[in-house]
Amino acid sequence: MPIFIDRRLNPKDKSLGNRQRFLRRAREELKRTIRDQIRTGKIADVDAEHAVSMPARGTGEPSFKDARNSGSRQHVLPGNKHFARGDRLPKPGQGGGMGSAPGRTESEDDFRFVLSREEVLDLFFEDLELPDMVKLNLKEILAFKPRRAGFAATGSPTNINVGRTMRNSHGRRIALRRPKQEAVDAVAQEIATLETKPQNAEMRQRIVALQEELERLERRRKRIAFVDPVDIRFNRFDAQPVPNANAVMFCLMDVSGSMGEREKDLAKRFFVLLHLFLKRRYDRTEVVFIRHTHEAQEVDEETFFYNTQSGGTVVSTALEEMHRIVEQRYPSREWNIYVAQASDGDNFVTDSERCIALLDEQIMRLCQYFAYVEILDERESHIFGATDNGTSLWRAYSAVKLRWSNFQMSRIATAADIYPVFRQLFARQPGYQKSAERGG
Amino acid sequence: MASKSGLLFSGSDWDFRTLSRAYETIEAVATEELHLDVYPVQMEIISSEQMLDAYSSVGMPLMYRHWSFGKHYLYQELLYRKGGRGLAYELVINSNPCIVYLMEENTMALQALVTAHAALGHNHFFKNNYLFQQWTDASAILSYLDFAKGYIARCEERHGVDAVEEILDAAHALMEQGVFRYHRPPKLSSEKQREGVRERLEYEERSYNDLWRTLPPSKDGTKPRETDTMAERRKSLKLPEENLLYFLEKNSLILEPWQREVIRIVRVIAQYFYPQRQTQVMNEGCATFVHYTLMNLLFDRGLIGEGAMLEVLRNHSNVIFQPGFDDPRFSGINPYALGLDMMQDIQRISTAPTAEDRDWFPDIAGNGDWRQTLLDAWANHRDESFIRQYLSPTLIRKWRFFVLADAANDPHYEVASIHNERGYESIRAALAHSYDIGASRPDIQVVDVDLLGDRHLRLQHKVKDGIVLEGGSRDATLRHIRKLWGYEVSMAAVDAQTGATVHERSTSQIGE
Repeated sequence: MPIFIDRRLNPKDKSLGNRQRFLRRAREELKRTIRDQIRTGKIADVDAEHAVSMPARGTGEPSFKDARNSGSRQHVLPGNKHFARGDRLPKPGQGGGMGSAPGRTESEDDFRFVLSREEVLDLFFEDLELPDMVKLNLKEILAFKPRRAGFAATGSPTNINVGRTMRNSHGRRIALRRPKQEAVDAVAQEIATLETKPQNAEMRQRIVALQEELERLERRRKRIAFVDPVDIRFNRFDAQPVPNANAVMFCLMDVSGSMGEREKDLAKRFFVLLHLFLKRRYDRTEVVFIRHTHEAQEVDEETFFYNTQSGGTVVSTALEEMHRIVEQRYPSREWNIYVAQASDGDNFVTDSERCIALLDEQIMRLCQYFAYVEILDERESHIFGATDNGTSLWRAYSAVKLRWSNFQMSRIATAADIYPVFRQLFARQPGYQKSAERGG
Repeated sequence: MASKSGLLFSGSDWDFRTLSRAYETIEAVATEELHLDVYPVQMEIISSEQMLDAYSSVGMPLMYRHWSFGKHYLYQELLYRKGGRGLAYELVINSNPCIVYLMEENTMALQALVTAHAALGHNHFFKNNYLFQQWTDASAILSYLDFAKGYIARCEERHGVDAVEEILDAAHALMEQGVFRYHRPPKLSSEKQREGVRERLEYEERSYNDLWRTLPPSKDGTKPRETDTMAERRKSLKLPEENLLYFLEKNSLILEPWQREVIRIVRVIAQYFYPQRQTQVMNEGCATFVHYTLMNLLFDRGLIGEGAMLEVLRNHSNVIFQPGFDDPRFSGINPYALGLDMMQDIQRISTAPTAEDRDWFPDIAGNGDWRQTLLDAWANHRDESFIRQYLSPTLIRKWRFFVLADAANDPHYEVASIHNERGYESIRAALAHSYDIGASRPDIQVVDVDLLGDRHLRLQHKVKDGIVLEGGSRDATLRHIRKLWGYEVSMAAVDAQTGATVHERSTSQIGE
């Protein structure tokens, strides 16, 4: 008789630790791959699994191997059809392995594998320097809230429903005719009174009968518990997804010539981060891309990031276009409106006043949150970093910021600067989203 | 129903009772008909995911953590998910009791096949083959792996994952050079003894005090090593040494005790697998021969039904499929097919020999006792000697073997021998040679180390038939050796015939 061990229920993912070690080792290279994929892919695609190819560096496992193209050797092969001794056959082209060793080791280092959504986000977050809380929040798929949903026969002691349990217990006691305490007391009382009276045979018989009766009653009370495990009911909770509304995210970007590759890359990460946030919080998230020079237009994502236009810079056109789209398609009663604007701060001098007016009078009333980032040169950031003077748009927006708490702005030069813009957004408790909806 | 019809099982579902009944019947038949002698069996049921796990950690149920296993897992998973490769139906571990993994997806017919193949065939081979008997310790391996896993986890805790990884990477690179080939390794000492040694190491580690270094060196030579002459030291280091890991573990000047222990773990595992690498054809052949013979016996006795037998046969023929060299599916000689054919051939020679067989195999031809002949062969051979001894002209003709001579500087291959009277001997020798692991792996030895001077470690690679090492991986591996040795390492490629140095490569030429 062999020993059988059923291992099917053993913990899965025994190799998870090895996988993590492997990813850690290839981290830098994978990070670069993911960043490239984000740069070229769509904003909405970040939040998914990604296939990546095996990183070439840091994952090699060298050992001493014979060089294939040296020396002389003999191969023994099966299936000779017409060769005779002394036949000469031309060798196939370079690397044609007719040898006895199939070239497996080479192919083993050259394949693509899939990173899970979590791993992708980890790599994406790495140099954004997000606080851990926020990372956790973003990775969490949905916010759930426990809802009462009837009763269950199993559960944790803290969830015992006393009323329901006692009702069951009562019913069972009646059904099984558990003697009441009063009945037992009455019999005991009767015995006591009889015992005080003068004894005769009939009385003794009566006492014995009563004592038997008392014993029977007590036995029965013991056997039928007051509260039996079958009575116990627990409150049942269902994890219900927190009702989410729709959100629309407007990406506004200056696409005039001054926005280079680096600026666009930073802007894209800024948009991705906001999108991740919205996608987690709302059932339905739409993204609208508006680019502008001296005139604004709504475009698709491809055009938004990859086409440049020449022209001056008039920011208010973009705000107007956005306002128009909101009026047309996203009534603010039904949609939570988020705006993310990226620019290098250039604006037509007289336009800034108009922007302030637009924001103050119309747009800020409509939208949930407005985040503005000004992308600086890394050298500039040392000069402007802390001061309030700066580009005309920056000065104009600073005034708006004072009046509206849901308006955030920041200057960024590296990826790590992006997060502070959203700090206020992430600081909110997800559970209070509903009530805070219109408050800003 | 099953018992009424006399069948061991019917239908494709299995349960533990049926498995157990099947095992008992198969074992009884195996002992009675084939005189097999096996370790007790422990069968473990695992899912496909767990099979992938086991695949990626060199087939062992317990293994320490290392990133390379994660990488292998990704690769195996990819092949499996794409359907490029099915998983093995079983995995068997040379231990006592013999552990056999069965996949839960297998049908009952497959489970019976696997039981015959692994729980009896492989098991018998592990228990009786001289290589396994002498070179591995079946009863100690699992507890050793358990220790290794724990030890490496503790090292990671104490010294950091990176530090441990660095040593493991380097040791893995030298795994092939980390076995004793010519003299037997010492038995794995009992866990208790090892525990004592480790405690001592830890004590030494703790009680090491840098202050002692400031003591003046005593005159009568507290460091006798440095007063020795170089020749004597070479002798004391037992140079030349073929086991690089062993040499580094014992003699490297820069390693801390735990690092030596980690190297030792890798070395012990490499040594454990060494016999398996030398007996692929025999091991698989033995198991395949056993399952084929046993399943047919069971079928003849009416213990398994026709449907199940068909399924068994279909799987059997998949396993022993051998395409010719010009077939796109060709990827070398299938050890299952070659092993099975040779063993059936031995059966034929001993029961119904031809005149040619009597000429080639006077010892066994017509002796009538194929069982004993096979048991002897299984016990006393490894692939190389088995082929050299038993590959018959009949089989060479059946397989239509031919030898292709391949010289690197020649744009042509030349057919050196084919399956005819002049070729049998040389085909047999060439095939046997290709299974000789000692000959097919680079022969690298430590030849000299100048401990007095710059501590330069000198390795020598014996170049046979002009086959040199591949440059990139050689440099990377040398870099790993340097990491373990701490000082310069150089390797001279020396032609085995002439003794002339072909070229020399040193870590100072490679850079980090």
